[in-house]
Amino acid sequence: MQALEELTAEYTKARQNPDFQARFDHLLRTFVGRPNPLYFAERLTEHCGGARIYLKREDLNHTGAHKINNTIGQALLTLQMGKQRVIAETGAGQHGVATATACARFGLKCVVYMGEEDIRRQALNVFNMKTMGAEVRPVTSGSRTLRDAINEAMRDWMASVATTHYIIGSVVGPHPFPMIVRDFQSVIGRETRQQCLDELGRLPDEVIACVGGGSNSAGMFHPFVEDESVALTGVEAGGRGPQPGDHASTLSYGNKGVLHGSYSYVLQDDDGQTLDVHSISAGLDYPGVGPEHSFWKDAGRVTYTSIRDDEALETFKLVARCEGILPAIESSHALAQALKVARQRSSEDAIVVCLSGRGDKDVNEVARLTGEKI
Amino acid sequence: MPSQIENCFRALGESQRTAFMPFITAGDPDMGMTRALIRELSASGVDLIEVGFPYSDPIADGPVIQASYTRALEKQLHVRDIFAGISELDTQSLPPLVAMVSYAIIFRIGAEAFLSQAAQAGFSGMIVPDLPGDEAADFFQLVRAENLDLVQLVAPTTPRERVREILKSCSGFVYCIAVSGTTGVREEIAEELLAQLRWLREETDLPLCVGFGISRPEHIDPLRGLADGAIVGSGIVRHLESLADGDADRETVVKLIGNFAARMSAACHRE
Repeated sequence: MQALEELTAEYTKARQNPDFQARFDHLLRTFVGRPNPLYFAERLTEHCGGARIYLKREDLNHTGAHKINNTIGQALLTLQMGKQRVIAETGAGQHGVATATACARFGLKCVVYMGEEDIRRQALNVFNMKTMGAEVRPVTSGSRTLRDAINEAMRDWMASVATTHYIIGSVVGPHPFPMIVRDFQSVIGRETRQQCLDELGRLPDEVIACVGGGSNSAGMFHPFVEDESVALTGVEAGGRGPQPGDHASTLSYGNKGVLHGSYSYVLQDDDGQTLDVHSISAGLDYPGVGPEHSFWKDAGRVTYTSIRDDEALETFKLVARCEGILPAIESSHALAQALKVARQRSSEDAIVVCLSGRGDKDVNEVARLTGEKI
Repeated sequence: MPSQIENCFRALGESQRTAFMPFITAGDPDMGMTRALIRELSASGVDLIEVGFPYSDPIADGPVIQASYTRALEKQLHVRDIFAGISELDTQSLPPLVAMVSYAIIFRIGAEAFLSQAAQAGFSGMIVPDLPGDEAADFFQLVRAENLDLVQLVAPTTPRERVREILKSCSGFVYCIAVSGTTGVREEIAEELLAQLRWLREETDLPLCVGFGISRPEHIDPLRGLADGAIVGSGIVRHLESLADGDADRETVVKLIGNFAARMSAACHRE
């Protein structure tokens, strides 16, 4: 608790400090490559024959996903606090790579907790992290996946908080983590909003983003929350279907509960034990969700739906062929929903999809599922 | 009406003895074993027994206890099985049983339902490690309404102002964490803990029990006169690991744990 209060105080200081913000903005521009484009997906739009589809190209960021927005901000926070060591958890490895990148950039010692099973499946990301000087610690407890990696990182932090900052990868965990991550990711929504005004001359009709823990979606939605004309849609991993254990659709099928220090929707059994989850996408298979998403759901501001594995896979291939873009399999969930919606909307309407990451990391898994050899 | 835990510490205080409180996991590998262990621990002279409710994401626990929780959950252990299993014991003739349980479980079942079932099963109190002590006021009222105790955890790094706030929702005893971090076996008792115990003694009349990092009779000596009790978790639960690994049978494990508890109790009860 003490650690969380100190972090809240430090973050409040950073938020009010123009130098901190200027340094963050400068790094986003020169190191991450922002602003990234809002791209009109012309052929995808023609394919659907409905609303115009725009893609917010987070996949063009350095390291290939939105995760870097958060890790750069939190690395600056680590420096402000005078700490020299960073820990992080990672599932598919994207957040681990983004954290290792930020730590290498600032000369911080970096330890990444990763489920044993994920280490095997994501060998390339593990290699990248190690190359940038991070230590990857295998997690062998519990289900050996993302949530266990979060457990291990939290344990490390409880004993090491005096010297160590925990760069959590999504809008989850205890306050102030969800707020910090949302704020650093909000650059996505702010840019998108401005780009719509500049290029479309108005706000979009709908904004769609995928939701695992919910960081790219929280960053995308937050600047649009007050714009009541803009429909906001979060897309969860529908996996193989609605049976428990077959999906990771926390907001669609979960209950209100407690996990990792927040009160939110959680996939758990009648005893409060966390359920195992499944998704084709390693970045979406988290059994909880950021508490602010739960708030937006209950307030009726954001609509949450889910897309199955097979739909995401089809969309991955379609977008590759149609647009020459390999989307992350996570982002393919949001794209699949956009294709459904675009068909039902008029050609006057504009939909923005957060293309949260690139799909290079997924090609082995896609090849395995479609029976192709690489 | 004084609670069972209050009565227990009053009796210990009159004979100027330090309490020994072992921790076991409920349902590892089944409730029959849990009952056998509770009976054996009672016969070994322990003063209270902590019973851990297996939870899927126990972030306050170290690897030994988490592995034990995982084993129990893999056998489909439910909270209702724990209550039913404990109800079969004559808890009145046993040391007070203190449940160690995650708020995730309590919240899902419903605080009032959970507490009334716990009281009925024969528990005397509970420790909820993931409920922040200074946000526990409402829950504390519900616990007291069942004449149960709510034990709060305090770490050496907890600022004194916050400790004062936490103590407002604490009864039975104060669980003093020996080190920052998680449960597990460690080598030495830290000076900062001893300083905190001295300070806490001035702040509260509640008994002070030390856990996290205690595993051997020698660890008791520096606590004498400063703490009212010692808690051992991982040092006990690791024996259940050898049962799971097939390195020892039930009877051997019950005896091993019983002998260890007897040595620890003797160290605690020595003047």
